[in-house]
Amino acid sequence: MTANLALGLAEYAEGVRSGDVSAEEQMAATLERIARHDGVLHAYVSLDPGALGEAARVDRDARAGRDVGPLAGAPLAVKDNICVSRGPTTCCSRMLESYRSPYDATAVSRLRGAGAIVVGKTNMDEFAMGITTEFSSFGPSRNPWDTDRVPGGSSGGSAVAVSALECAAALGSDTGGSVRNPASFCSIVGLKPTYGRVSRHGLVSYANSIEQIGPMARSVRDAAMMMDAMAGHDPMDDTTRRAGPAGGHTAHLSDGVEGLVVGVDAREVDRSTCVGRAARRAAGALESLGASVVDVDLAHEGLSVAAYYVLTAAEAGSNLARYDNIRYGYDMPPDGYEHGAYVTAARSRLGPEVQRRMILGGFVPSAGHAGRYYLKALRARDVLASEADSAFSSRGLACMLSPTVPVPPFRVGEKIDDPVELFRMDSNTVLANLTGRPAVSVPFTLCDGLPVGMQLVGRAGEDARLLGVAAALEGAADDMGVPAL
Amino acid sequence: MSAKIGLEIHCQLTTLNSKLFCACRADYRGMAPNTNVCATCMGLPGTLPRLNGEAVRRAAAIALSLGCEVPGTLRFFRKNYFYPDLPKNYQITQLDLYGPSSVGHGGSVAVGDRTVSIERVQLEEDPGRIVYGGEGGSAGDTLVDYNRAGTPLVEIVTGPDMRGAREVREFLGILHDMLENLGVSDTSLEGAMRADANVSIEGGNRVEIKNVTSFHDIGRAVEYEIARQAGNVEHGLETVQETRQWDERRRTTVGARSKEADQDYRYLIEHDIPPVGVSGAVAQIRASLPESIASRRRRYAAEDGMQAQVADVLSSEPHFARLYDAARTGENSRELANIITTDLMGLLETREAREASRLEPAELGALALAVSRRELTRASAKAALQSMVRSGATLAETVDSLGLRPVDDAGEIARAVEEVMAANPKAVADARASPAAVNHVMGLVMRRCGGRADPATARSLIEERLRSHDMG
Repeated sequence: MTANLALGLAEYAEGVRSGDVSAEEQMAATLERIARHDGVLHAYVSLDPGALGEAARVDRDARAGRDVGPLAGAPLAVKDNICVSRGPTTCCSRMLESYRSPYDATAVSRLRGAGAIVVGKTNMDEFAMGITTEFSSFGPSRNPWDTDRVPGGSSGGSAVAVSALECAAALGSDTGGSVRNPASFCSIVGLKPTYGRVSRHGLVSYANSIEQIGPMARSVRDAAMMMDAMAGHDPMDDTTRRAGPAGGHTAHLSDGVEGLVVGVDAREVDRSTCVGRAARRAAGALESLGASVVDVDLAHEGLSVAAYYVLTAAEAGSNLARYDNIRYGYDMPPDGYEHGAYVTAARSRLGPEVQRRMILGGFVPSAGHAGRYYLKALRARDVLASEADSAFSSRGLACMLSPTVPVPPFRVGEKIDDPVELFRMDSNTVLANLTGRPAVSVPFTLCDGLPVGMQLVGRAGEDARLLGVAAALEGAADDMGVPAL
Repeated sequence: MSAKIGLEIHCQLTTLNSKLFCACRADYRGMAPNTNVCATCMGLPGTLPRLNGEAVRRAAAIALSLGCEVPGTLRFFRKNYFYPDLPKNYQITQLDLYGPSSVGHGGSVAVGDRTVSIERVQLEEDPGRIVYGGEGGSAGDTLVDYNRAGTPLVEIVTGPDMRGAREVREFLGILHDMLENLGVSDTSLEGAMRADANVSIEGGNRVEIKNVTSFHDIGRAVEYEIARQAGNVEHGLETVQETRQWDERRRTTVGARSKEADQDYRYLIEHDIPPVGVSGAVAQIRASLPESIASRRRRYAAEDGMQAQVADVLSSEPHFARLYDAARTGENSRELANIITTDLMGLLETREAREASRLEPAELGALALAVSRRELTRASAKAALQSMVRSGATLAETVDSLGLRPVDDAGEIARAVEEVMAANPKAVADARASPAAVNHVMGLVMRRCGGRADPATARSLIEERLRSHDMG
């Protein structure tokens, strides 16, 4: 047997069950590939030394005829802000450099329960704040399609690992596009589920009112299979109480788009850019499969990025307040700090982007400013949600289509010093987070040899139907192949 | 000089099984430091609060008992401040920032002739506990024990409606009895009940007194603060608007650093806890509230003709009132109230004793009935009660095993009278000289009969015998 690292999750599990695929060999080949390429790509920040042993156990179980699960033997990469009970969970921050979580996130334990094996933890922007993975305290990841370019972020390491065959599938987290943006930049599938559908228990909070753990995979079917394993109500997360049963995410993959209405913002299919032309072509592809495409203009969408940054900063200020160099970090000299010296040093282990957002987060909800920032952003979110609701219901939309990111992957270092320009990269993705809707990025084409993904935003709670549209678009996409490493 | 006093009372829901957002114990007392903790109440990365529904129901029961309205949807907020005893550096609490969403608002309590308004009742988590110097460490150490972190706490905020320390004490007494009656808190536990007080006197600035950790000290702190402010007025000094700490040891209030007083808590919506719809549950909670102390008192006076003082005592002791209600038959009620208030409350004074008691209400009722019917003397009843509390035996078994059957044979009592009088000529002479001294002879006869003689029979035999001696 020769290892085939491009296997889909279903083939993987089926092969392990039948004995045609050895989980141990696959894992060994995966680790070998990581050893060969990850020095440049830097997808991983830590590896689980138990992975190979677990793979061997899966093979033994399969031979013994035991149920090895629908994801049997699949090497899984986990973003480093999602807790695992073995090895570090650092959020790629110096503050949590030595932190070990005592428990597995629910998403991780459910995927393990379905047979997946955690290979390691992946690189990310520190505490998920960024869209290029350059804000990692452990150095940037590189895009496998062009290693001079960023892989997107903040779940950049996960996207790189999936794209470069350094795992079978990965977990990311999406606060404002952090699954979809790197999925688009690395030409893989990334889903931000409906808020509350996947448990956040074990996801280190950044902006807890809008973020979700999401699957990152090489096909829509793989992403759907991961959702089947990990979605659904979790008693450890009160926001999942309406999530319903876990299964059903593969049910609509063959439904097609016949008779569905897809909304497109005219500004997003601008002929003057390669990405805009790709979006026009994607809309046309769906139309030719039987969908009707209508023009949709959300009047207040322009507020979304501002509202997003105010709310995420406010929530970050609170969620990260516990990282104060006493409970975590432990920079404490043996005699303790003098008060003023402590205050100066308290956040010194956090990187510049995290410090920037925490300072902003202390300001926007503060007395005398809350009305102009935090409260106004909450109102803007309500306006955007009802505007999207009425657009979907009045036009009978199944989903809205746009490019996931307005541009193809840019060079490492190109935009890192321009935070506002980086914020703008989120303009298409944040709406789904602010309104709790599911959204998926599907690889569609290449512009000058660089990946461009299309985003579909669906109806809240209808993740499975959204994945159905995504599967149709996936079928109509160009054949991009795999990055040459 | 009239004072205006408002209180913020913090009461732990000590009788719950678990903390507000995790499965750790709500009653952390007596545990080694930092052993009643888990990933959630330590605020470890990735953990989320799981709201304890029973805590919400009990907080709502408190709100309803204080005459508050409970909104249909409850919300939680984050109060952001940095403190070592706060694992997340924010406290999950409630707030009425966007309309009423705390567990209660707009209630009132009658204190004598005055009405004390209840502005707000809210449910929140208690922080950990800071231990300064010594206790478990070296003298200069400041240690943190997180066993308490996440304990469910109900904050009750009154209007500035009390006029003096006496009213404060009276209000707290009523609140204390109410909480005990609801069974939501054992307020006798250290730290289970704390309060801050806002005090101002006519035309003066408002002073907040923090850190009063016992019920008893709240009255003292208010008293001290009123005197302090009155002294200011007398000397033409302006009272500064400030926060002062209660110094338990010196029994004074001390100005706190202004920094501590002037915090910006940057309140945020706690999205980890979705809005809690309670409109359906409220009617059910209201219906299952225990009878209030006031209504119980009225019932005892009206239906059982209980004396005001006995009714007061019995109605405010929920454990004994429940026992009384379970054991009363009408015929036995007078003796039952007597037995409970004079004997049983003493026997079962502590919570441990109440929990260990094996006394069955039906047998207690039978005991009172036997006394009412003169089948048992009060002295025998007391002995039987002591035994039944320990043994859990029935009345019949107890009477047999202790030999408490009353001596109702007049001949036997007459023999006892004769023997006693023959053996105590001085007592007999005294009794003849003064009717009051008959009681002494009576006591000797009762003792001789082991407390089982019917007192009326014994007395009439003694009196008859004394007269016959006169004649003789």
